[in-house]
Amino acid sequence: MKALLVAEYRDGQLLASSYELVAFAQELGADSAMFLVGSDSALPQYDGTLHLADSGKYSEFNPAVHKQLLLDVIAKEQPEMVVFSHSSYGWDLAPRISLALGAAHASEVVEIVDGVPVVPVCNAKLRRQISAKTDQIVVTLQSGAFGLSSDPVGTPTVEKIDTDTAAQVEFGGYEEAEAGGVDLSKAEVIVSAGRGIGKPENLTIIEDLARALKGEYGASRPVVDSEWVDHSRQVGSTGQTVSPKLYVACGISGAIQHLAGMKKSEYVIAINTDKDAPIGEVADVLVVADLKEFVPALTAKLTA
Amino acid sequence: MKILVCIKQVPDMESKFKIAGDATWYDSGDLAWRMNEYDEYAVEQAVQLKSQVGDADLTVLCIGPQRVQETMKKALAMGCDRGVHIADDEPFKKDPFEIASIIAEFATDKKFDMIFTGMQSQDRGSAQVGILVAELLNIPSISTVVDFAFADGKVSAKRELEGGIKALVSCATPALVTCQLGMNTPRYPTLPNIMKAKRKELLSFPAADLLKVEGKQETAKVYFPEKKGGGLVLEGAAGDLADQLIQILKEKTAVLA
Repeated sequence: MKALLVAEYRDGQLLASSYELVAFAQELGADSAMFLVGSDSALPQYDGTLHLADSGKYSEFNPAVHKQLLLDVIAKEQPEMVVFSHSSYGWDLAPRISLALGAAHASEVVEIVDGVPVVPVCNAKLRRQISAKTDQIVVTLQSGAFGLSSDPVGTPTVEKIDTDTAAQVEFGGYEEAEAGGVDLSKAEVIVSAGRGIGKPENLTIIEDLARALKGEYGASRPVVDSEWVDHSRQVGSTGQTVSPKLYVACGISGAIQHLAGMKKSEYVIAINTDKDAPIGEVADVLVVADLKEFVPALTAKLTA
Repeated sequence: MKILVCIKQVPDMESKFKIAGDATWYDSGDLAWRMNEYDEYAVEQAVQLKSQVGDADLTVLCIGPQRVQETMKKALAMGCDRGVHIADDEPFKKDPFEIASIIAEFATDKKFDMIFTGMQSQDRGSAQVGILVAELLNIPSISTVVDFAFADGKVSAKRELEGGIKALVSCATPALVTCQLGMNTPRYPTLPNIMKAKRKELLSFPAADLLKVEGKQETAKVYFPEKKGGGLVLEGAAGDLADQLIQILKEKTAVLA
């Protein structure tokens, strides 16, 4: 079994998530080769063939061109499996590849059971096993689902690749996340509000509890998207990654994007009316209660 | 300008899910249905583009059983001009490639200048269908868009990347964008617009008429994940729960010290 690993590169840096692909191949016991649109100056620590295209020439985001570069490598390597991160780069490029190959395609794989990829369904409340009807399969891996057991080592054998395919889109650079606001990464206690707070007026009970615990308050994505809380307080894969001593998730269901931002917390308390909410998977204590009743009661006892 | 927005009807994610009899999907009984959240942003962006350019025709497309027409009516009340319902009682049995092929087959001779889809669905969440539609139609696509502008026949978009960074990407039309949460503020349909939507054209035809490919994969099994356990579950009256939790915080953490 051979896997082609599609590593990622952004703003002049190899992304560490690329090593999750290596870990995945190791777990499967697969031979692997790697593909990267990147640069000589930031090579992965990897023992194997690295098919390298120059991001200076082909740009860091250029789907039609990256697609052709990758298809050329697939034609050469003939992998049974093409492996991406389930990331903004991976989920964008992977469907273009699976379509061109006529291959099955499993998105956001969390594990492989008896050779069959398993993916989450319905906000991770359910799992689904996907059986391919094709010999080749494309997979994107959920962030953090696979990890190296030790630090990456090795030096790749670099093979330079080129194409003359025309671009379909123009990449105009990056816009940094808005600076300023609150640095939640240094907070020892974070009380976060999720969709379950129901309306912006209920944010005060979250702020009150955060104050009573001498911490900061944060929020999950839906609360930020509704503009009830500033983006600088968002916890999750597109917000801040935090590791407080205590994380209190109030009315947060526990989408993977949120868990990615808070799962390194030392102690997690979840308050949710839904006993089956995925947040329960990472919580040390799940309080099954209506946060509008429970949170003020807790704050009152803490400040009494 | 001709605009297409593709939407999906999904269960409310707070629902208590049950596994269907053959264990290849969730049981569709006893669920509250709504528009896929990502698609609400897609519909809103399509409606905004229509009002920006003035002379535009906006079609909303949805694949699914009869009940999806209720969700389509919301899109029509938000400002879409016509609905195309592609009737399929078991769309979950089709893989993303088949779903995308149906949409592309419908769109291929319609000359849409812009196509909007959600970035993914809340239930199956493959994040494949929008991009596959664009690839099948051989038009550029920009995925995971949180900011969209159209001027002089050109799309300028911001893609959301990990860590809150955005990538600036532009392309010519015809093009497709997949819409990420927070892209805009989806409007609530007003009562007059809900009434007006009832008179808008809503065509329905069978998915089989548009399906000319074979799927690449199928669902072997759907099941509940194993509870990893370890977590303590507290239930009861709010005041008692607060006392219990404070005791736990004192024992297990140093935050109350």
